[in-house]
Amino acid sequence: MSLDKDQVQQIAALARLELKPAEHAELVDKLSKIVDFVAHLSEADTSGVVPMAHPLDVAQRLRPDVVTEPNERDRFQQNAPSVTGGLYLVPKVIE
Amino acid sequence: MTDLHAKSLTELTAGLESGEFSSVELTQALLERISAHDQTLNALVTVTGDEALAAAARADADRASGNAGVLNGLPIIHKDIFCTRGIKTTCGSKMLDNFISPYDATVVERLGTAGAVVLGKANMDEFAMGSSNETSYFGPVKNPWDLERSPGGSSGGSAAAVAARLAPAATATDTGGSIRQPAALTNTVGIKPTYGRVSRYGMIAFASSLDQAGVITRTVEDAARLLGVMAGFDERDSTCLNEPVPDYVAELGNSIKGLKIGIVRQHFDEGLDAECGVKVKEAIAALESLGATAVEVDMPNIDLSVPTYYVVAPAECSSNLSRFDGVRFGHRAEDPEDLYDLYARSRGEGFGDEVKRRIMTGTYVLSAGYYDAYYLKAQQVRHLIADDFKKAFQDVDIIAGPTTPTPAFKLGDKIDDPITMYLNDIYTIGANLGGFPALSVPCGFVKDLPIGLHLVGHHFDESALLRCAHAYQQETDWHTACPEAFK
Repeated sequence: MSLDKDQVQQIAALARLELKPAEHAELVDKLSKIVDFVAHLSEADTSGVVPMAHPLDVAQRLRPDVVTEPNERDRFQQNAPSVTGGLYLVPKVIE
Repeated sequence: MTDLHAKSLTELTAGLESGEFSSVELTQALLERISAHDQTLNALVTVTGDEALAAAARADADRASGNAGVLNGLPIIHKDIFCTRGIKTTCGSKMLDNFISPYDATVVERLGTAGAVVLGKANMDEFAMGSSNETSYFGPVKNPWDLERSPGGSSGGSAAAVAARLAPAATATDTGGSIRQPAALTNTVGIKPTYGRVSRYGMIAFASSLDQAGVITRTVEDAARLLGVMAGFDERDSTCLNEPVPDYVAELGNSIKGLKIGIVRQHFDEGLDAECGVKVKEAIAALESLGATAVEVDMPNIDLSVPTYYVVAPAECSSNLSRFDGVRFGHRAEDPEDLYDLYARSRGEGFGDEVKRRIMTGTYVLSAGYYDAYYLKAQQVRHLIADDFKKAFQDVDIIAGPTTPTPAFKLGDKIDDPITMYLNDIYTIGANLGGFPALSVPCGFVKDLPIGLHLVGHHFDESALLRCAHAYQQETDWHTACPEAFK
């Protein structure tokens, strides 16, 4: 099953990826090939098979809901592109 | 005090203990080798010379005061997927080219506490997505055995550095073969432990149900030594399992007499290079001569491993990599018009082609209308494949076969065709899908290029793999071969 240009554009929008025109064209071709390749899965008879949730069939471990980490906001925000007063800055969202 | 670079961790520990050389001298010698050879290899993204020498001096002082840890003064390299406090951690991506990690990964912390000295951070495929190291933002790593060839990936920098004797050992990670395939292609030992055996805290996530940390070394004994320090429960990784960690080094000496080895018929089909097949069969025969017995096992669903992986791994990757949004860390596009533009351009500029392909594939297989046909189906097939292994392990202790279908391929040969590249991991992916431990050990040369014997074990039975590979290394000397230019 091949993907068309519009489908690839829609997937890119869902993934929040801006694609250059050349990248877009190439992804139409390569994603189609990848989707064709993984379509081999349909050959397997999986009726009654439970989807695998964890390689070792164990349940997720839980911990008490208590504070375990000190507040190191200032240090962590040293990697942020734009902050002020401890807040991360992004373009205006609400007019 | 010559040839320090050629020594194993075990030999180096003896030299440090006897006072034949200090960790500072050893570290200096390896830093000199890195500066002499790494322009050729491109195995390292960052060299941490000053920090290494300071750590070596601390290690020497600790030893003098009787406080030497089990890895005291031993130089290693970390794959640049492990967060290292105060040191750039790029994951091979432009996205993180400016990222200084504020904390250490558990693996980094544990090895550091044991006294290891970090020489630098190893180059890798971008976000560990690739089997050739060509997807790195920092350029491909060269294979020390032939500079026109790939060292494999994604832990290509770790493997090339160890093969070229820039360090005795390096950490690595494996989601579908990223430790074992480069180990096979560079004549090194690579072990991927059981899923959950080693903490993934501070290890940048690619596919969380498959990723596992391990090591690349030249001897199995060295791998056992490091794994013993890295393995074990960590409450900071919710998938890390609380299972006792045996003394891997102590268990190496046990005989492999009576060990039952399973051979998967499908692993010797037409996909395997004929000469590689001969070498791998010779290696299995060598294990039989040491007292193991080999029987054929059937794994009817194993041929679906690669398509299963290329649904599950991209799906998890598309979710994990959503954290790179240009807001809290990492690359940010200039002058964004609005929030969408900030996200889309930061990600479009920060990620390379293969990472984009995987995010796109993952987004597609998880999207409304396709989830059942792809993602759910793949998780069902994954169960079938894991059950094939479990069934085989009712009769055998270890499954043995080739690590890769061919020796190292040329840089540029496969990068334009994702499917051909993906098929490199055909023999290694099954272990990740089922969470089983697996190891690659050097087993000979085909056209002057190294190849590996692949061993897969029961959950949590890394010891059987290490013992078997160690016994093999006692009988063979493939692993002592060194590429001519790096002697």
